Amino acid sequence: MLHALADSTRRDIVRRCLGEAASVSRLADVYPMSFAAVQKHVAVLERAGLVSKERRGREQLVRSEIDAVRQARQALDQLEATWRGRIERMSDILAEDEGDGTHERDQH
Amino acid sequence: MSVTSINKDFEALTLTLVADFEASTDKVWDLWADPRKLERWWGPPTHPATMVDHDLTPGGRVFYYMTSPEGEKFHGLWQFIAVDPPKSLEFVDAFANADGEIDGALPPYVAHLELTAHDGGTRMELRASFDTREQMDQLLGIQMDIGMEQAMSQIDALLAA
Repeated sequence: MLHALADSTRRDIVRRCLGEAASVSRLADVYPMSFAAVQKHVAVLERAGLVSKERRGREQLVRSEIDAVRQARQALDQLEATWRGRIERMSDILAEDEGDGTHERDQH
Repeated sequence: MSVTSINKDFEALTLTLVADFEASTDKVWDLWADPRKLERWWGPPTHPATMVDHDLTPGGRVFYYMTSPEGEKFHGLWQFIAVDPPKSLEFVDAFANADGEIDGALPPYVAHLELTAHDGGTRMELRASFDTREQMDQLLGIQMDIGMEQAMSQIDALLAA
């Protein structure tokens, strides 16, 4: 995956195909390179699981797999992990302070 | 285990988390209202938080920073929308710069906290919602950039090795 993203054209393809698919021929119009060269870049990205390719009629549509849903999922997952950690620490503090407040207990 | 339930609504971009504590509502409220206590749980152990401003009133703010093991400081800001001790709290949670201004790099979310007496202890419900789709899209864009940057620096490390 790192290799796939190590090229600025490939990074740009991932961005461009985010949300809305683009055909390989349309991508070839955007970059100063041949259709075959763009196709090669797309193939590298496809092997890395960063884009998927779909044939529609005579065209090949490229879509980024780093889509909004997956990203949103990650953002919420991250927030969840953060808050799980916080709640665990809150719980520990409440238990510790309970010990301090009443009588001597073993250190937590 | 004090986390009772977790719900993630990917459409509404909202995380709802319910936790039960074996302590009074006042004690749980203190975890938020006492800056020294807040410092003990807000940041992960590797990045302890230090409160700079702590004003739990409507329109008030909490301004803090977390310190990384390398000594780097990450600032954050809460801006209070509603404060009703010891029951509820609503605030915008955002990253900030060192001057205490919301940093546009990452979008804030609105946190809504509700404390109720439950089963001899306290139930805490926390709802975190990203404000708008637009902000979420912004977050996604930035995350992608961060992902790319991380990938790039890893490549650099691999090449240097």
